[in-house]
Amino acid sequence: MANKAEMMTGADIFINSLLAEGVEHIFGYPGGVVLHIYDSMFKQNKLQHILVRHEQGAIHAADGYARSTGKPGVALVTSGPGMTNAVTGIATAYMDSIPMVIITGQVPTSLIGNDAFQEVDSVGISRPCTKHNFLVRDVKDLATTIKKAFYIATTGRPGPVVVDIPKDITADRTIFDYPETIEIRSYKPITGGDIGYIKQAADMILGAKRPVIYSGGGVVSGNASQYLTELTQLLNYPITQTLMGLGTYPATDRQFIGMLGMHGTYEANMTMHDCDVLIAIGARFDDRITGELEKFCPYAKVVHMDIDPASISKNVKVDVPVIGSVEHTLQDLIKIIREGCARPDFDAIASWWQQIEEWRATNCLHYDHDSEFIKPQDVLEKLYKLTNGDAFVTTDVGQHQMFAAQFYKFDRPRRWITSGGLGTMGFGLPAAMGVQMAHPDETVVCVTGEGSIQMCIQELSTCKQFDLPIKIINLNNRYLGMVRQWQELFYDRRYSHTYMEALPDFMKLADSYGHVGIKVEKPADVEAALKEGLALKDRLVFMDFIIDQGEMVYPMVAAGKGHHEMLSRDGGLS
Amino acid sequence: MRHTISILLENEAGALSQVAGLFSARGYNIESLTVAPTEDDSISRMTIVTRGSESVIDQITKQLDKLIDVIKLTDLTAGGHIERELIMVKINVTESESEVKRLVDIFRGRIIDVSDGTYTVEMTGTGDKIDAFLKEIGSALIVEVVRSGVLGIARGGDSLSM
Repeated sequence: MANKAEMMTGADIFINSLLAEGVEHIFGYPGGVVLHIYDSMFKQNKLQHILVRHEQGAIHAADGYARSTGKPGVALVTSGPGMTNAVTGIATAYMDSIPMVIITGQVPTSLIGNDAFQEVDSVGISRPCTKHNFLVRDVKDLATTIKKAFYIATTGRPGPVVVDIPKDITADRTIFDYPETIEIRSYKPITGGDIGYIKQAADMILGAKRPVIYSGGGVVSGNASQYLTELTQLLNYPITQTLMGLGTYPATDRQFIGMLGMHGTYEANMTMHDCDVLIAIGARFDDRITGELEKFCPYAKVVHMDIDPASISKNVKVDVPVIGSVEHTLQDLIKIIREGCARPDFDAIASWWQQIEEWRATNCLHYDHDSEFIKPQDVLEKLYKLTNGDAFVTTDVGQHQMFAAQFYKFDRPRRWITSGGLGTMGFGLPAAMGVQMAHPDETVVCVTGEGSIQMCIQELSTCKQFDLPIKIINLNNRYLGMVRQWQELFYDRRYSHTYMEALPDFMKLADSYGHVGIKVEKPADVEAALKEGLALKDRLVFMDFIIDQGEMVYPMVAAGKGHHEMLSRDGGLS
Repeated sequence: MRHTISILLENEAGALSQVAGLFSARGYNIESLTVAPTEDDSISRMTIVTRGSESVIDQITKQLDKLIDVIKLTDLTAGGHIERELIMVKINVTESESEVKRLVDIFRGRIIDVSDGTYTVEMTGTGDKIDAFLKEIGSALIVEVVRSGVLGIARGGDSLSM
């Protein structure tokens, strides 16, 4: 790193600021207004730049990097179309509260507002999908602004921050002095929670007869997996998790009753419906979780632990709010429970478990093991087995995503990388690139479908350039499966525009990008193909599984229904 | 219910659009919005009048508080407070000069400009008072109205300041 108090160009200040933040990887795509920055990057070798093939890919890659490491993801794009291409990625990160700093080039200050070549109002466009954004108007503010961006992105409820830098600022010179710390008078992130409320929460939790813990992505962001596990096991209460929360409690443990919500397990949703105390931890009561709000947890008192005050009582009225970072509030809660005299109601909890085990015995995720077609669930179960449940798994969005969530059991956090809030098709492959960059020796699998994979397929080229040996599991049913599922259930099987005609030959496609392709058409070949693909440690392998076209994701809570009104593979469950 | 929310925010280029954008993105309504720098010119003070159920107002204040550029805010409606609006109204007086003058006196307005056939009247007061005045004048005589939107301040010693 450069010495302090040295005259530098804005471009050099930018690079040195990133180095001062400990950034090692930056995902990006060059263009006119970021040329000074790229030139400055060329002259150093500490910061590795990963050249993507589309700006959306850069943002998703930085996002996957952030989700899998907990460190902020960093991306750099040019002005105009570079920035607008990045928006889907930024919105994806925003909805899932992922810490990222995205630097967008801007036309020179003198041209701003003149409809200059490749000009867009980046700050205006990104405002509703960032935690905060900045336009740097003076090179003297550049280092401080970058410091602020990292501080805001990584503290409190994390999120993406955009820094828009006009070209002239990157050429202007000033003294480089990177601040060690930063204070923002209008931004004071919350850490510890109110002990009074935590005590109230403890009383309510210990008084429960039919409790359930419902945890979400906040436990991942808050690095509180250890405390969530400790609390859950201390209480012997059942735990269910959102799509975003998977991995923060070991999915192979008896107390884990599966994911909840629209495609959650029967036991999880019934436990939610009948519970008397709902303990929500780092979760935000999204509509895919609650189903019809009027039917949501009708008998429950609600404890809600969350870092974001605006998440409290937004959708569901909360009885005891505990605002603070879950890492701190869970530790306080555990301490209060351990040191107090009250204990969970042993008899009530035992009979509650008995009821839950009855629900669990319905085996709601069952599927046909004797089909002549490959079942996606079978592919995922075998993938789970062959990777010892220890792979990093990214997904795109749709049926394959739900199957992966249901059948790959994560025992550790930050291994499950999926676009939950925004539901962005095209996320899986570039996100896997970010994960693989951060974890070069680990197995990184992208579970996808033939619809989603084509939304960012160009990144196969990036994977070649940077030798990223990602394993792509393409669950290919020649349909936009989840949309088809809704058309089958709710539109009298009018499959409007969900059939994917004229698909590419994915084998030839993989080959032309310099990768290995494996096509699998028979159930009997699934395991051998997976073994073969996973064994190619240093190659990207595109495994194209031709699966059952009619397979559906069950159970399902349809729109307007409550948790107790699920559809199952065999008809109604309740 | 109608709420008047006072906000101190950074006097930065994007701050106003952050607030305005929040209201439109989340479907909250704004009845009026006023903003100007305070005695410390790095801080602006904004007064927003909005309507919504208790839970909507709760969300509005929490979401506003979450904006990075918002330093402090208070819902004035929660306690005793004073509101004022300023209007300037141009009135056609060709046939009713004395009647307009009488009404301006009653409502304690001031005539601040005069032309051949029009008066320009300045008036401050609560929204109710201003509405009543405009109604008395009648739309037939009103040439143009400019309203400042509501300003609010808490009664007593409480203050929203740094």
